[in-house]
Amino acid sequence: MIVSNAVRYPTYVPATVAEALEQKAGVANLLPIAGGTEVMVMFNEGLLAPCPVQSLHRLAPEWGGIREAEGSLVIGALATYTDVRHHPVVRERYPLLVEAARVTGALQIQNRGTLVGNIVNGSPAADTVPALFAYGAQVRLLSTRGERTVAVTDFYTGYRKTVLRADELISEIVIPPPADGARHYYRKVGTRAAQAISKVVVAGVRGRDSVRLAWGSVGPTTLRTPKTEAAIASGADADEAVATLATEMSPLDDIRSTRDYRLAVSQNLLREFLKRTSPGG
Amino acid sequence: MTISADSETKLRYVGRSVTRREGADKLTGRSRYVDDMHVPGALTGRTIRTSIPAGRVRNVRFPDGFPWDEFIVAGPDDLPANEVALITADQPAFVDGIVRHAQEAVLLIAHEDAGLVHEAARAIEIEYERDAGVFGMEQGHVLKQLAIRHGDFEGAFANGDVIFEGEYRTGAQEHVYIETNGFIAWWEGDGVVLHGSHQCPYYVHKAVKHAFALDRDDQVRVTQETTGGGFGGKEEFPSLLAIHSALLSRKAGGRPVRLIYDRAEDMACSTKRHPSLTRIRTACTPEGVFKGVEIDFHIDGGAYVTLSPVVLSRGLLHSGGPYLWPAARMDGYCWFTNSPPYGAFRGFGAPQSEFAIERHLDRLAAKLGICPIELRKRNFLRKGDMLPTSQIVGEEPELERIVERALELSDYRAKQSGYGEGNGRGLGLSVFYHGTGFTGSGEVYLDSVVALEAQADGFVEIQVSSTEIGQGTETVFAQIAAEGLGIDIESIRFRKPETGAVPDSGPTVASRTCSIVGGLVERAARQLREQLAGRDIATASATGPVRAEARYQAPPGLVWNDDTYQGCAYGAYSWGCNVAEVSIDPVTAELRVESMWGIYDIGRVINPVLAIGQVEGGMAQGIGWATCEDVVLKEGAMQNTRVTNYIIPTSADAAELFVEFVEHHNPCGAFGAKGVGEIPLDGPPAAVANAVTFATGKDIAAIPIRPEDLLA
Ligand SMILES: Cc1cc2nc3c(=O)[nH]c(=O)nc-3n(C[C@H](O)[C@H](O)[C@H](O)COP(=O)(O)OP(=O)(O)OC[C@H]3O[C@@H](n4cnc5c(N)ncnc54)[C@H](O)[C@@H]3O)c2cc1C
Repeated sequence: MIVSNAVRYPTYVPATVAEALEQKAGVANLLPIAGGTEVMVMFNEGLLAPCPVQSLHRLAPEWGGIREAEGSLVIGALATYTDVRHHPVVRERYPLLVEAARVTGALQIQNRGTLVGNIVNGSPAADTVPALFAYGAQVRLLSTRGERTVAVTDFYTGYRKTVLRADELISEIVIPPPADGARHYYRKVGTRAAQAISKVVVAGVRGRDSVRLAWGSVGPTTLRTPKTEAAIASGADADEAVATLATEMSPLDDIRSTRDYRLAVSQNLLREFLKRTSPGG
Repeated sequence: MTISADSETKLRYVGRSVTRREGADKLTGRSRYVDDMHVPGALTGRTIRTSIPAGRVRNVRFPDGFPWDEFIVAGPDDLPANEVALITADQPAFVDGIVRHAQEAVLLIAHEDAGLVHEAARAIEIEYERDAGVFGMEQGHVLKQLAIRHGDFEGAFANGDVIFEGEYRTGAQEHVYIETNGFIAWWEGDGVVLHGSHQCPYYVHKAVKHAFALDRDDQVRVTQETTGGGFGGKEEFPSLLAIHSALLSRKAGGRPVRLIYDRAEDMACSTKRHPSLTRIRTACTPEGVFKGVEIDFHIDGGAYVTLSPVVLSRGLLHSGGPYLWPAARMDGYCWFTNSPPYGAFRGFGAPQSEFAIERHLDRLAAKLGICPIELRKRNFLRKGDMLPTSQIVGEEPELERIVERALELSDYRAKQSGYGEGNGRGLGLSVFYHGTGFTGSGEVYLDSVVALEAQADGFVEIQVSSTEIGQGTETVFAQIAAEGLGIDIESIRFRKPETGAVPDSGPTVASRTCSIVGGLVERAARQLREQLAGRDIATASATGPVRAEARYQAPPGLVWNDDTYQGCAYGAYSWGCNVAEVSIDPVTAELRVESMWGIYDIGRVINPVLAIGQVEGGMAQGIGWATCEDVVLKEGAMQNTRVTNYIIPTSADAAELFVEFVEHHNPCGAFGAKGVGEIPLDGPPAAVANAVTFATGKDIAAIPIRPEDLLA
């Protein structure tokens, strides 16, 4: 049962990136569709306000792949979770991405859904975004006016708000190589074992003298916790780190979980992170 | 998953895992559900609903921008009787001025452009005058009250025994049948034709005939299409869709109208399992021998009567569990609230009250310092014991044997002592029973009839209104008929249920189909066998079909008094025991039911594979209700109306399930069968809760058991 009126969604299918950017600049409210796993659900349920849509599927030759460039990993806008899970370089050097892709949806979603599609709507529950935060990923934005690159940590400006402009498309995500010997930690706490939206999700990378932690579903956007990171980097013990975390995280009650649970679990996750990534461990 | 059966080898089909008749079609996508029906010229209908739980509709606005004159618009004034006929006819098909719950139908629209209908439906604005409304039990008005009195109650609580009390709650539960509700209706002459997804064709028939004030039965023809699950959710609710689709069609001059709900609408407006609150007070000796019990069993009925009185009845009748209570005072209360009506859901009140008593017994055992299994064993019902309704237990339930088998299979004792209390891992047990068929005189009132017809093409046709809803009706009836007739099962045909064309064998509910209706099929088969007198089917029916009918007869001695609530509540009881093994994640408090074991006495197991399927599915559904299925209510209405946020277990969450049967045959059921459909829901919640209490030290008194509660 589809409860939307399809005629209210005129569809554009650009054949080249240049054409896509022209359309994006020229057609008001044009909504891109990559895998469609978010857009089509909204459409089916009658929750997508009528608008023109732009299917990006013919751009796969340009935007489809995952490659390495100058030591960094480049994930094209049409690369799927399945692509991420199976790519040898990702598997070897970016385990958080593999894990995040593995726990997103289930196989059908992973075969269609894109990593880029996951970051755009600014949901604080997006499961790959903490991993991208932890790895210090950059987002490349294109428009007919040119190209710009934004750190993923600067991409979000508030609850479901991003710096993406009306005429821009994302072409790729660029991820620098993690430090040698860094330890990686990722854990999603969902409403069930699969096909779940996160109650808390965390990604962390711990190098010799640096720590990056990113949290999902505990604030209006994916969060970094710099004070906690600094405390850990300067040798704080677990109790101190956990106490610091509570000062820079204020989750909310919602339909999925409670503030108290989210905070308590985040603290437990931090302890687990410290134990699993401990330099001596 | 083995079967311990004492089945006679001379039976050819009964007791064998005959392949499900409609299974291949369902598996390969060949089955046609109502939404798959291609009906040329059909309009698409849509229901406009209230968004407030209580008050009055002041005005309905049709904003500019839509070609409203092209739409069919129908409401209460178009219906001869604005009533859904069930136990009482208090539920209107449309808001009758007063809004009694959110998601109540205000009016209907239809148009041939489906997209436009959905868009228009969202644009219609309703203005209200808002009232406060009542939400939750023990406020507002009582919808139904029942009382059971048994033995010397005052005496039982008077003489210095151990008195122990507790309060237990269960949440609502959504059915999540895979196919949402749907009907297609059109008029032919002065009669209406309805095709839909439902469990009870004659319930729909009765409701439509009443709402349109039709004189003749043949003016309403209801056909059941392939139905993608029901679980009770398609017992009474579909009558409303049937009336609505028929009304739109009538207003459209008889043109067909499709009224198919999407998931969000279906979850928001359809029935759920009744939330419950049970207070239990028990008196027993220090050694744990039961003296008496006092139970107050409350359920939230929602805004209309619908089936709630019967749900209350079954819940109350099962509230003492399978134990001997020399004295009992049991009171049931169902409350009117401003929620959409709660309705039939697999188990029908018994899973709620049996959760309470089974959790209570573990808590009582802890208080007494007795092993919870030992406490139960000291009080199990035995043959000849009297139930609180004065019914005498007519068979030896052998509950010790059932429990011992569950303990043995699960390695309960060794595991439990290995884990130790409060270490995040544990097992829990529950023992339960479930009455087969309608309560009390219900089966007599139903007056069910089945027919078997030998036809000229060499087939015997089974004609019943009992529906195949995924549980195996067609297959087990074919087995029973073939066995009774002594013919090949390939020569049996199942007539698609259609009112008028099949006799009324009653609704497909209450664990009655295989045992009770199947019993009638068996009788009709034996009778037809005599009528055929050794001739082959085609020869015997060359000059016209040879037909045998069987009508329900109450077993001798089955007497029930509705006024005193005394007598034989059920003709047969199924019995069972569950053991749950759980683990709780130390970091996240996520609860995982690792394994569950179930030993059941469902009488004769007609088809082992189907029976195991029924039981495993029910256990999984019960585990879901106990752990993650949380209907989030706001002012009585469900908020999490998506499969994304109403959380049922996925295969990745599912426990490993182990099922065995013990067979004590029921002299009145088909080849000895008792009820199987509902008993699987009775045990899992308490077994899980008891296990969680062992694993965490937290005194669990309510389900669902959420990680949020375990971490608090
Ligand atoms: C059953 C199910 C399970 C799911 N499980 C999870 C889960 O576990 N975790 C999780 O985080 N998410 C989950 N999701 C959400 C969704 O699958 C992901 O967010 C996915 O990554 C979206 O990618 P897509 O390509 O399908 O996006 P689309 O639906 O195509 O687009 C999503 C958004 O991104 C925009 N967009 C896409 N590409 C571009 C581009 N190149 N430039 C600019 N804008 C663009 C679109 O306009 C739209 O706003 C689930 C969804 C479903 C249906």
